[in-house]
Amino acid sequence: MLHKVIVLALFSLLFISNVPVYASPVDTYEFQNEVTKTRFNALTKELRCPKCQNQNLADSNSPIAADLRREVYELLQQGKADIEIVDFMVKRYGDFVLYRPRVSSLTYVLWFGPALLLLFGVIIVIVILRKKPAVQSEQALSAEQKNQLNNILKDKE
Amino acid sequence: MNKVIRFLPLVLFVALGIVLFRGLSLDPTSLPSALIGKPFPEFSLAVVNDAQRTVTKADLKSGIKLVNVWGTWCPSCRVEHSFLLELSKSKRFSLYGLNYDDERGLAQQWLARLGDPYEFSAFDEQGKLSMNLGVYAAPETFVVDDLGIIRKRFAGPIDARVWRREFEPLIIQIEKERKQRSN
Repeated sequence: MLHKVIVLALFSLLFISNVPVYASPVDTYEFQNEVTKTRFNALTKELRCPKCQNQNLADSNSPIAADLRREVYELLQQGKADIEIVDFMVKRYGDFVLYRPRVSSLTYVLWFGPALLLLFGVIIVIVILRKKPAVQSEQALSAEQKNQLNNILKDKE
Repeated sequence: MNKVIRFLPLVLFVALGIVLFRGLSLDPTSLPSALIGKPFPEFSLAVVNDAQRTVTKADLKSGIKLVNVWGTWCPSCRVEHSFLLELSKSKRFSLYGLNYDDERGLAQQWLARLGDPYEFSAFDEQGKLSMNLGVYAAPETFVVDDLGIIRKRFAGPIDARVWRREFEPLIIQIEKERKQRSN
């Protein structure tokens, strides 16, 4: 009996302790005002972690991301503008850290390629549509064809 | 004209195939360094073996310098360590360590047990210099020329093969430039 109780207790513990735990980096930075806090959140979302390449600084647990978050925080405390902070990162880690790449001769294809492709597609569709003669739907059937049609319909019945 | 258009999708498909196939063999982690051609950043850090001793850029010897970023938490650093010991015997360049995001005690043990290939190892607990170098992992190795300009960043462990392919030609190149300057 005692065994059963213990087993039951342990078993129920399983469910109680099964509260989902989310591991997300939590830094305890204090900001002078809401604006700075919003800017910090925006910047760490926009900047990419160089180590874990599919995460931004805000999401990543890696030591480098923690270091960079601290750096963003410190730069904000020093009163640096957003653009200066982004420049700071690009100078060290290259354009790679930007989730939204800058418009430059290197990224023209990236920025304008899709629009060009769409334009190209539209032109092709227009050309094809214009070329095709209108479908002649109201062509009369010849006497022979009418006969054939009647025969087919009769067969069905 | 019509025939050409008929083959257009095939041509586009093959072109896309080639581009994407090439993409398969690219290494997404080998990022170009933004610091190539720039002077080595200023720093002021304690060394691993002596918390009281502070080193700066002025403590780097003249000539070619290799700066190796390492940490005891990094398995690949251990892999390359024996080759670094090998490299440290060379008179063509001097090898410096940059201990990144580590604990001093562990780092000291590491050097005592495995051997110390470095002139000195700067202790970069906060990652300040590493950040200025654009380091994002370890091991990474930088080549700095006689003029203090960063010439190369290599991410990953170095062995004899990597050395011959990635470093040797650059060292020879820098030595050539030195000769040209003195002429």
